[in-house]
Amino acid sequence: MTANSHAGHCLIEARGVVKSFGQTPALRGADVQVAAGEILAVMGPSGSGKSTLLHCLAGIFTPDEGEITFDGQRLDQMDETGRTELRRTAFGFVFQFGQLVPELTAADNIALPLLLGRVRRKAAYQTAAEWLSRLGLADKGGRRTGELSGGEAQRVAIARALAIGPKVLFADEPTGSLDSLAGEKVMDLLTGLAREQGATVVLVTHDARVAAYADRQVMVRDGKVSALSLAPSATGGGVR
Amino acid sequence: MSVPLTLLGLLEREPSHGYDLKRDYDTYFGRGKPLPYGQVYATLARLARDGMAVAGQAEPGDGPDRKRYAITPAGTAEVETWLTAPAEPEPHLQTVLFAKVVLALMLGRPAERYLDAQRAAHLRRMHELTALKRTGSLMDTLLADYGLFHLEADLHWIDTTTARLGELAALLTRGATPEPPERERTR
Repeated sequence: MTANSHAGHCLIEARGVVKSFGQTPALRGADVQVAAGEILAVMGPSGSGKSTLLHCLAGIFTPDEGEITFDGQRLDQMDETGRTELRRTAFGFVFQFGQLVPELTAADNIALPLLLGRVRRKAAYQTAAEWLSRLGLADKGGRRTGELSGGEAQRVAIARALAIGPKVLFADEPTGSLDSLAGEKVMDLLTGLAREQGATVVLVTHDARVAAYADRQVMVRDGKVSALSLAPSATGGGVR
Repeated sequence: MSVPLTLLGLLEREPSHGYDLKRDYDTYFGRGKPLPYGQVYATLARLARDGMAVAGQAEPGDGPDRKRYAITPAGTAEVETWLTAPAEPEPHLQTVLFAKVVLALMLGRPAERYLDAQRAAHLRRMHELTALKRTGSLMDTLLADYGLFHLEADLHWIDTTTARLGELAALLTRGATPEPPERERTR
């Protein structure tokens, strides 16, 4: 069984990816394809290698072996400058603890990647204000992110990730630190807005309720990826 | 819990008398609710009638039925079909999954693959319920939540059992039997 995409053209592909940390192997020949516009959930037990896979697909880690292709470009052969540029312009990230800058306001955090991309200050803050409004945080733009609740901080992280108009949104346990209802709101916004923008989403989670938002799920076990698809149903008749 | 399919699965392991089947069923799957002899023999007769099992000649001895039953190729195919097909995802199906996992390991079949198929079926249902929450009323949301939390509990069981398959296979391979239920131990 493969872990290949089943719709749209292939935007990201990993082939035979091996990655170790010292003597500890994390990925042992991982293969996966992600179609443009799809929401893919990467599931697996703790330590299975699912976060390492996300970091390789996003060009944060370089694989020891194997190939990573993004939109026809070999990420694994790209130099650090090229990968940094890609992460800044084409990829958005939402992590478990947001990784916002706590000393800056919510608006500053959203505007920051735009300013780094040489968007003019006024336009960057205007975009930030629009995103804050879309995420129901219009009155929180001036607050430092350290003063926000966990759910509000994750919504700011989603805004920061999507404000640059990424082709791919990488999310690693985006609701891991939230209660059930706050997590639900974050997932509704994350998947709803990503679809609206036509962004592809790679979502790493151990939580089945979060994975249920995805179009497709794959499982990472012992550093390899397998598809989760139904066995052929043959339940008609017979002994019950 | 399908008694006929479970008995058929036990027959795939080795041809058996009704008495042996009842003993094994009660040990592994009875959970304090022994199967009546009448049900065992009636089920075996139906399995034989439907071509899933064949009965040998009656053997001398005490008891109501001394025939040894053996599974047929059609019966083996039926067990395979049952084990392979994910159960309808609904609350409280753990006993069916439990029986499938134990039988699969007893028969040397790929229990992990069956659990993966069940996980996929559960996730598909959870995806449908999640979509319903986005479009439905608050009442729909509450009902979908009820289903989602129960399916999530099943998935925790599936994940934990997947992690314990090696240990369980070793237990069953050694021929060890689980401890009898508390009620029987304290008699």
